[in-house]
Amino acid sequence: MSTRLFKVWRGDKAGGQLVDYTVEVQDGMVVLDAIHQIQREQAHDLACRWNCKAAKCGSCSAEVNGKPRLMCKTRLDDFVEGQTITVQPMKAFPIIRDLVTDVSWNYTVNKKIPPFTPKPDTTWLMQQRDVDRSQEFRKCIECFLCQNVCHVLREHDLEDKFFGPRFLVRVASLEMHPLDSLDRTALLKDEGGIGLCNITKCCTEVCPEEIHITDNAIIPLKERVVDKYYDPIRIALRVLTGGGKK
Amino acid sequence: MSDSTSVLDRKGLGVTSRHDTWWLSPLLIFLGLVAFGIYSTWAAWQGKYYVDTVHGADYLSPFYSPDIHSLLGINVPFSYAFLILWIPLGFRATCYYYRKSYYRAFFLSPAACAVGEPAGRKYKGETAFPFILQNIHRYFWYLATIVLAFLWYDAIRAFLFTGKDGSLHFGIGLGTVIMLVNVIALTGFSFGCNSLRHLVGGKLDCFSCSGSARTRYKLWGGVTILNLRHMEWAWVSLFSVGFTDLYIRLCAMGIWHDVRIIH
Repeated sequence: MSTRLFKVWRGDKAGGQLVDYTVEVQDGMVVLDAIHQIQREQAHDLACRWNCKAAKCGSCSAEVNGKPRLMCKTRLDDFVEGQTITVQPMKAFPIIRDLVTDVSWNYTVNKKIPPFTPKPDTTWLMQQRDVDRSQEFRKCIECFLCQNVCHVLREHDLEDKFFGPRFLVRVASLEMHPLDSLDRTALLKDEGGIGLCNITKCCTEVCPEEIHITDNAIIPLKERVVDKYYDPIRIALRVLTGGGKK
Repeated sequence: MSDSTSVLDRKGLGVTSRHDTWWLSPLLIFLGLVAFGIYSTWAAWQGKYYVDTVHGADYLSPFYSPDIHSLLGINVPFSYAFLILWIPLGFRATCYYYRKSYYRAFFLSPAACAVGEPAGRKYKGETAFPFILQNIHRYFWYLATIVLAFLWYDAIRAFLFTGKDGSLHFGIGLGTVIMLVNVIALTGFSFGCNSLRHLVGGKLDCFSCSGSARTRYKLWGGVTILNLRHMEWAWVSLFSVGFTDLYIRLCAMGIWHDVRIIH
């Protein structure tokens, strides 16, 4: 049985450091298995958040060798044999302890988004083609890896001006819903700060559910904002006809 | 305990825990775009050797199409390419794919995912000048499509050669093939545009609610197929447009002789 050196971040909001652990490696192990082995055999007080171990609950988000990933979906044999594996908490969120971060800001943002609001006297019939887009977005497991990797939040700390990719995806799922009646483009432009996104696609790169966050959610929303606020011909037509969406 | 220092509390250019070659992709993009920028600026500056008429051919460089000098008979004190190139330049500069590329490769914002950015910059994204102008991308698409129509005319015209008696006859040269491949690549790039995807159908919330919505759904699906490979189309068409100019330029200068496949 081979062994592998892990460096795991230990600490709390006062500070911390990487601590070395040697783990016995078995076939098929994922990073979360290694963390559990360390918990069981070497550091009983090592804190990590996890639940399903099947890449569906979105709890075990961390940064493995610097890349935001789900620990339960990151196989050890994805790494070169003998390579040290570094496991750190998500950088964009406040540390609670060890690998556990405080992601409660996300739930605050979520409350700012007006929920699904059906049109009056809605006929509850939808074609599959009309809900395909929203269903892609509903795959989101709220692991918040996209929020963590987004440089608007991670590097520039603009939490008060930007919803982040996860919640742009949520807005997209509502805006593209065939039975929804609200127009959230003003929210997107102002409080949501969609203009801060410079579409560098890191959110898409890290999404474990492989949602096309940038191409299918953020860019279409940006184009809807352009329709309403930046397209001079559309604005003129709207003024002349007195029209508005929804 | 390890003596490694955590990057959790540090920010700044290149700060990362990544162990892979994250710098390679932005470096290659930087080199690719700089190389194209240097060549295209040089070629546009020349103002000559952009039409190859040797042995009856009629190959027009895409950098100089439409041939405004011939079409409108106007004279300008600079290269005619500058009357045209701002359109494809604006189209590519505001393209969602190229935005990602140059924000990463030139502005390091970020250079790669989970990699630190230069410190001390007040980040405004695309909410302030000049980047707020990215929102007019669709207008550059409208203009670029007009240019593309001329490029299709040029590519079809490249199948016709002038005989010694002055009559036109069908033929195919290597230049014809290169121009055709180039215009196909440009079409693949232009018609996979994210703004077009929105305009043809993406803006609709219901694809089934009317006959026109169902038609637009099909159009949206078609654009989506191209859009899935937008990056590839962007690079192939960038290379092809530069290579087409180079080929025609070399032929016009007499350095290279066009290979005739069908006389």
